[in-house]
Amino acid sequence: MSNNPSIGAVASFVGLVREVAMTLEHYPGMTENSIRKIAEEARSRWQVIDCTVIHRYGDLRPNDQIVLVAVASAHRGEAFAACEFIMDYLKTRAPFWKKEHAAEGSRWVEAKSSDDDAAERWRLRQGATKP
Amino acid sequence: MKVTVRFFASVKEQLGRELEEIEVPAGISTVGGLRAHLRARGGRWAEVLAETRRVTAAVNQDMVKPGAAIKPGDEVAFFPPVTGG
Repeated sequence: MSNNPSIGAVASFVGLVREVAMTLEHYPGMTENSIRKIAEEARSRWQVIDCTVIHRYGDLRPNDQIVLVAVASAHRGEAFAACEFIMDYLKTRAPFWKKEHAAEGSRWVEAKSSDDDAAERWRLRQGATKP
Repeated sequence: MKVTVRFFASVKEQLGRELEEIEVPAGISTVGGLRAHLRARGGRWAEVLAETRRVTAAVNQDMVKPGAAIKPGDEVAFFPPVTGG
C-alpha cells in the first residue's frame, strides 16, 4: 500500500479473541476462494486501491489476533465502508467455525442473527453507497 | 452419479464423518435432494440433517441454496452457519 500517491486513506480492522481460548476450523480451498470473492465484491462497490485480508485458523488464545482487514482508498469514506463490508461478509460467508474451550468444556459457537443482519444491510444498500 | 461429500465443524463431529464418496441414486439432482437422501439413513443422519436444523451447503466450494443442481464429480459440503471473523 506504500508508494502510491493516490492513496489518501487506509482503514483497518483487527479482530481479537475475547476471554476464552478457541480453535478455528475452516474449509481449505473454499476459505481462500470466498475471501478473494469478498474482496472483489468490495472492489466492485468502492474505489479500493488496495486491500489485504488475513484470517487465522487453528488454536488461538485470548488476546490473539483472529483477523486483519486493511483497505486503502483515495478517501476515508470509501476505505471505512469497504473495510466494514469485508468484515460483515467474512462473518457470514467465509467458511470458518469457532469452537470455544472453557473450563467446563468445549462448545461450537452459535451463529448470531445480528451478523446476518449486518451483512444483509449491504445488500439493501447496494448501489446507494457506490460513488 | 458419484459425488464427494464433505462435512465440517459440528456437523462433522456429530456425524463422525469428514469425507465420503457417495453414489447418488438416479432421480436426485439437487443439494436438497442429496441432504434428504443422507437424512434417510436414519439415526444421527436424520437428526443432524433434519429440516429444522440450520445446515449450509456448498457445491464446488460455493455456498448454495437447497435447489442448486449437482452433477457427477461435484464436491458437496454440509456445515453449520459460519462463525469466523
